[in-house]
Amino acid sequence: MSDIQSPNGQRWIYSDIVKEHFLHPQNFVEDEASLKGAYQGMVGSPACGDVMRVWLKIEKGDDHVERITDMKWKTFGCASAIASTSMLSVMVTENGGMPVDQALELRPQDILERLGGLPNRKIHCSVLGDKALRLAINDYFRVSGQVDRITVESGRIIDKVLKITDKDIEEAVLEGAKTVEDVQARTKVGTGDPSCLPEVEQLVRFYQEKYCERQ
Amino acid sequence: MQDRLIYLDHAATTPTDARVVDAMRPFMTDVFGNPSSLHQLGVRAQTAVMEARESIAKIINAHADEIVFTSGGTESDNLAIVGIVGHQNADDRLPHVVTSAIEHHAVLETLKYLEKTGAIALTVVPVDRQGIVDPKTVLAAMTQDTVLVSIMTANNEIGTIQPIAEIGRAILSWRKEHASTFPLFHSDACQAAGVLDLNVEKSHVDLLTISGSKIYGPKGVGALFVRRGVKLAPMVRGGGQERNLRSGTENVPGIVGMAKALELLEEGREAENVRLTTLRDRLIEGLLRLPKTFLNGHATERLPNNANVTFLDMEGEAAVLYLDAKGICSSTGSACASTSLDPSHVILALGVSYEAAHGSVRFTLGHSTTEKDVDFVIEIMPEIVEHLRKMSPVKVSEKYYV
Repeated sequence: MSDIQSPNGQRWIYSDIVKEHFLHPQNFVEDEASLKGAYQGMVGSPACGDVMRVWLKIEKGDDHVERITDMKWKTFGCASAIASTSMLSVMVTENGGMPVDQALELRPQDILERLGGLPNRKIHCSVLGDKALRLAINDYFRVSGQVDRITVESGRIIDKVLKITDKDIEEAVLEGAKTVEDVQARTKVGTGDPSCLPEVEQLVRFYQEKYCERQ
Repeated sequence: MQDRLIYLDHAATTPTDARVVDAMRPFMTDVFGNPSSLHQLGVRAQTAVMEARESIAKIINAHADEIVFTSGGTESDNLAIVGIVGHQNADDRLPHVVTSAIEHHAVLETLKYLEKTGAIALTVVPVDRQGIVDPKTVLAAMTQDTVLVSIMTANNEIGTIQPIAEIGRAILSWRKEHASTFPLFHSDACQAAGVLDLNVEKSHVDLLTISGSKIYGPKGVGALFVRRGVKLAPMVRGGGQERNLRSGTENVPGIVGMAKALELLEEGREAENVRLTTLRDRLIEGLLRLPKTFLNGHATERLPNNANVTFLDMEGEAAVLYLDAKGICSSTGSACASTSLDPSHVILALGVSYEAAHGSVRFTLGHSTTEKDVDFVIEIMPEIVEHLRKMSPVKVSEKYYV
């Protein structure tokens, strides 16, 4: 376990798995030139502190199942963000490669589980990987002419920079977020595009009333 | 991995000097009395507190009765601000306070709270690109309703030293000109204590915050200098200790330890400043040799122990953790290291971009720091920076720094 101090004195404890993936990240891009033709996806902005970019290779096997045979990535972000992307790359490429349909279903919670959890206030660092992955899979659908299979982020995009949707906010409220700040702590919504915050506030109130008021 | 930890986070807190621990020990064992008690154990404890008060007063050129002991820098800041504002007559106009954009949270959050609750009007003056407050800006912000100006002596993140005496003189002239006892002048000197001259007659401060935990003293103890004649409302009520400003049984070992720590620092202050300045500049020079790397704060008007550097295209928290894995303790102003999602308000106040603020790393040197330590950081930093940049999809232009 690794304990660190921030200037304002908070104590963080990362799991050994997070530490391992952070200190020895798997599958990050050493040589971009070798990835010519790979399918790409990117989310985030350096101003809000997280950017993730992924490259995928997808092949159809003898069983006609499309699998992710390789995933490479680059991440600008903190330890949690780097470890999350590293773990995601392991998850989609292990056991002969994850079928594309299954990869589309991946959620941040799946990555968190494999990482052995993250401190509560670092959860927002893990939410971009699966979005970048889906964008890269869309890129594959586009290139391979399967335009009808292109998925849009389920729900309506609220934060244009981080591609946070109303579904993401709904999930955050269901997981116990009570205020805009709580939702931000889980999703980072609004840090890339602060103009969406009033709408976030409305949505939080809406989902609060929908799910939590009666308790 | 180093065989020993290289601690370069002295602005966060310092280790307690062994001589300080020795001075404190009797007051936790044999002389455990309550200073308010009439028996000999109480009297001895009270004598020790009195001596500590006199010692600290002497160092800052004040009177013993002007020193109020608290639980630390944060409480001292709170007492100064809430105390002054709380003492204003409610029928008067709304009290106005002037502060700077790079103050410690203990000052800024307290003031923002008072503003939010309608107790004060607040003006936050900016700093220049080097992180220095312009006394003229402070003066321009003052109005007939200004009751307090709070500007820190030296900044905890970027180490910049503020022109406190100049601001103090400007406030004095203002008071004379307007025949007023206000505004009063408060300065948080937690980072400056034991490093700079804290003579309150030279700086003209009316209230001065110091903390035990930044001066090789114990944690959980601080002091507030309150100039004679300055009226504060109490924050903690009870048995009336500390001139009724801060009730509660005195933290005798802590108070004794803080005084001892400050005495020790004062003895060796000049020589240690020279030694640390040389090491600091060696470290800064070594780090700035890396591409896309910049110094945050002023090159010379900064604490002798502070090096705060931005590495573009990478994130500070990741760097701090890689350094930790190599046995080096440092700190960062990146968003991921804070409770909010914003990077350091201090780095942003310099006018640099969010991109640049995310990549800041702070090294603060201290007694234990050697040239070998500094050289080790300079030696391993390129490899960490290169690794993180290789992993990063971001290539921001250097114009994001200038």
